[in-house]
This record gives sequence, C-alpha cells and structure tokens, in this order.
Amino acid sequence: QKVSVEVLDHLEHLALVDFRDWEGVERLQKAIQFADQLQEVNTDGVEPMDSVLEDRCLYLREDDVTEGNCTKELLENAREKVEEYFVAPPGNIPLPKLEERETFLQGS
Amino acid sequence: LAPWIPVVGLEIHAQISSNSKLFSGSQVQFAAPPNSLVSFFDASLPGTLPVLNRRCVEAAVMTGLALNCSINKKSLFDRKHYFYADLPAGYQITQQRVPIAVNGSLSYSLCIDNKMSQMVTKTVRIKQIQLEQDSGKSLHDDARSQTLVDLNRAGVGLMEVVMEPDMCCGEEAAAAVRELQLILQTLGSSQAVMAEGQLRVDANVSVHHPGEPYGVRTEVKNINSIRFLAKAVDYEIQRQIEELENGGIILNETRAYDSKLGCTVPMRDKEGKQDYRFMPEPNLPPLILYDAKSLPANMNHQQVINIDWIHERLPDLPRVRREKLVEQYGILPEHSFTLLNEDGLAEFFENVVKQTQMKPKKVIGWILNDLLSYLKEHSLTVKESPVSSFLLADLLNLLEKKEISSTAAKRVLAELWKGEGKTPLEIVKEQKLELLQDQKELEQICQEVIDGQEDE
Repeated sequence: QKVSVEVLDHLEHLALVDFRDWEGVERLQKAIQFADQLQEVNTDGVEPMDSVLEDRCLYLREDDVTEGNCTKELLENAREKVEEYFVAPPGNIPLPKLEERETFLQGS
Repeated sequence: LAPWIPVVGLEIHAQISSNSKLFSGSQVQFAAPPNSLVSFFDASLPGTLPVLNRRCVEAAVMTGLALNCSINKKSLFDRKHYFYADLPAGYQITQQRVPIAVNGSLSYSLCIDNKMSQMVTKTVRIKQIQLEQDSGKSLHDDARSQTLVDLNRAGVGLMEVVMEPDMCCGEEAAAAVRELQLILQTLGSSQAVMAEGQLRVDANVSVHHPGEPYGVRTEVKNINSIRFLAKAVDYEIQRQIEELENGGIILNETRAYDSKLGCTVPMRDKEGKQDYRFMPEPNLPPLILYDAKSLPANMNHQQVINIDWIHERLPDLPRVRREKLVEQYGILPEHSFTLLNEDGLAEFFENVVKQTQMKPKKVIGWILNDLLSYLKEHSLTVKESPVSSFLLADLLNLLEKKEISSTAAKRVLAELWKGEGKTPLEIVKEQKLELLQDQKELEQICQEVIDGQEDE
C-alpha cells in the first residue's frame, strides 16, 4: 500500500521536509512498513504506554529566577538583528506551489 | 422569520503569576529589554530540556479547585506543532490528552435590563484547565516588511481555561470573564490584567434555529478588553445572522476583532484547518498529584503537591466574600457586587465602617454614590483617592453627630477632593457649615430675618 501524493504533499507542508527523489519516498514507505509490524501484536486489554518514563518521578523545580540575562549570547545566533530583536520575515512564507518546487512529487 | 439562538464558548489564556517560567528559570516580567529574560531552553537551543515549575502546578490546582473542577491526579504533557517565528521550538508544550483539571463550573451575575437591583445568576461549565507555554511576541514592521521577535514571553506559564458554549451573548461572555478575572486575582494564581496580556480571550460563536443542530462556528481573536469582548461577540452574532438570512454560509474560520471599526475580519496566516500533529512530550513523565489519602510516606515534601492541602488554604472567593459583606453589614447584594468590582473598594468601605459610628447601610451610600462617582469622573483608582478612608470616616462622624447637615457634608467632601490636607473639621469651620444647635441663637436669627422683612 503506497503513500498517496496527497499525503506526501501534506507531510511536506507540515514538516517542511522535501521528498526530493524516489529514494526519499521509498525510505518513507519502508519506515512505515517497518512500524506497521506493531499491528501484529495483540494488545487486547492492555493500556497503551505513551512514554517509557511513565514510572519516573516528574521533578518539580522551585520558583526561583536562575537563568536569562544572556541577550548578547543569544543574538550571536541571529543572522539579522534590530536593536536586540530577532528579525523574521513578515509572516510564514508559504511552501512554494508544487510546480515551483524541486520535489519528487513533480514527477508523480 | 424563525428566531436565532446564538451560542458562545470561550477559550481563555491566563498568564500564571510566578517568578520564573513554566519549564525554565528565566524571569517572568512585563516590559523588560527585549530578549533579556530568555534562557537557552526558551530560545530552543539544542541540548536543553524542560523542568517543571512547582508554583505553576499549584496555581493550576488552586484555579481548578476554585472552579469546582475534578483535579486529575495524573495528567500528561504533549507537543502541539506549528511554525511561527515567535515559537522557536516549532511546537508548544501543552496538555491535550489529559489536562490537569476538568468538568468544573463558574457562576456569574448579570443585571437584567441594566438595573442593578435585578440581578440573575448564571452558570457556565468549565470543560478543562490545562497548563501550557506562552509564545514570544512578534512586532510587525510592515514598512520594512519584517517581523521583530522578542522571546521574553516565550515559555511563560499559562492556564488555558475552556468554557463550554453555555453563553448566548456578549454581556454573558463579559460577565463570565469578569468573574473569572476576580477569582484569579483573589487566588493570586494570575494577576489577569488584560491590558498587559495576562488574560487573553478567544470567543467561539455560532447561531442556529431552535431544534436544529449547532451552526458552523467562527473563532474570534484579538479581543483586548472585557468591553470589546462583549462588542466583538455581539457583532459576530449579528454578522452571522445577517449572512445566513441573506442566503450565505458561515465559514469555519478565525476572525480578528477590529476595535476601531467595531467589526470582525478574517485573519490572514490562518490557512484552513491546522494539523498540529499532537504527540506526547517525550521529555516529561506524567504529572502526579496527591491528596491526604494518597500522600506517599517517604517522599521529599518539596516534590509532592497535595491537593487537599491547597484546598484548605483557598481564600474566600468573590461570591463568598459578597455574601459575607451582605450578611455582616446589611447592605444589598448589588452593593457588594459593586464593592468587589472596583479594586480596593471593599477594603475602603470596611475601613470607613471601622472608623465611624455611622451605620454601614448609610456609609455604603457615600461610598457608592459620592466616592465612586468622583473617582470614575476623574479616572482614578481607589488607591489613588485623594480622600482616605480615615478622612471620610471623620466627615461621616461629624454628620452622624449632627454637627453638620447632609448638604454641608457634601460640600465638605467636594473640598476634601482637592487634597489640600485640610481635615473635615477645619473645612467646616472655614466655611461656617456648623449646624446651629443653640435654640436661643436660632430664635435670634429668625427674628432678625422677620425684622428685615418688615423693614422693606
């Protein structure tokens, strides 16, 4: 069962990944097949586990100020800055239309 | 034309009042230099991990208890993914599957026909309360086609309170939010000042005909005050009704309230239905809370949150405080409503009552009619009042002892507002406002007046 083009396009939008060629898509298909093996296990009457940490204690921190005040360091990572603000484009830049992308989906 | 039933639900984000953020130790403070209150975790630098702030959990438990919720002894954290410049990690840590509190209720009061004397109590169900991170702030610079990002707010703890669609108009929504605001401020779990972004409200609005299923709902954002909340909701209800009556349809969209134009407009940047790809937060185990029965024996008490302990220490909520004021001082319910609606007014009233012999039922008139209207006229808060409770009590004592008349008292009060530091007695003497008690003196004055008349 192949992953449909609609799903691939949806995934590209959500995760900003680019299934650039057939190899990338094949890898995705194989990964899904590998994970699908889980379906063979009988889990009737078993509570789902969503974290291997479920028996660990969630550590609670005291409400003290212990961090911050490192503006200069943080801004070193910024390509562009304006008076200690990070600079970003005016809004989310939408993924280019399918025709304009160099993606595997072009050929499908 | 068949009648329309409007349906209004609310999603309210209250910033938790704490020293540091939900998952990091950077400071929570309004209006600090940009990006100065940001830790490596807040900036989503690799190799950092979330560490839960105990105070934030306590704030959420307090709020849940005050809203009659069931507190989930086990709640979970999840990641909600979306891309935006002020969300450096590309996801928000929230509680989507099992939030900390569920199934509560909030009672609030409304005046019928704007008459304070006819108040009715309504209830709205609280679906849930969840802990989540706030995002940073985006400043849009349209001129230079760029957005400036300040992460000071990124990671601040929020309580999202979800109110079921039990409300039917702007007035109900506003009253419910006002009561929630008072509760949060009484608990201290949030300062809930809307102007500083500590309380943000999104409204979900739809309309339908009686007997038919609920209509398509729109989400209204960018509501910056309780007054605008009422206006935005009422506008949206009207817009939807008009649209449907003209044969149009309602889109399931997000709209922004424009306070200048008094209308809602579709929001850009919200393309269709978002897929947030919720997944469990892999770095945080479940949050376990205890009560008196389940308290573990050998745990470090700093690591244990006891719901019963918190419950025992809840302060009197506004509703209880109002009832106590009515009972203790014999004032009317609508009086206690106004007393609690103005920050500091109830304390002012009680201080005056303590310092005067005048009955509370009479004092309340001076507080609500004279003091409050003056403060409103000059846009002052109770704290900023040039007339202290001490001075007012002093004045009311003169009135009570019949040393001055009621009219004279109002004149003295007018003088006191100037805040020139004079005592009521000094003003009375200056303006010769003393009531004459001496019978002989009164007879003499009357005689002089009569004599004066005869001369003409």
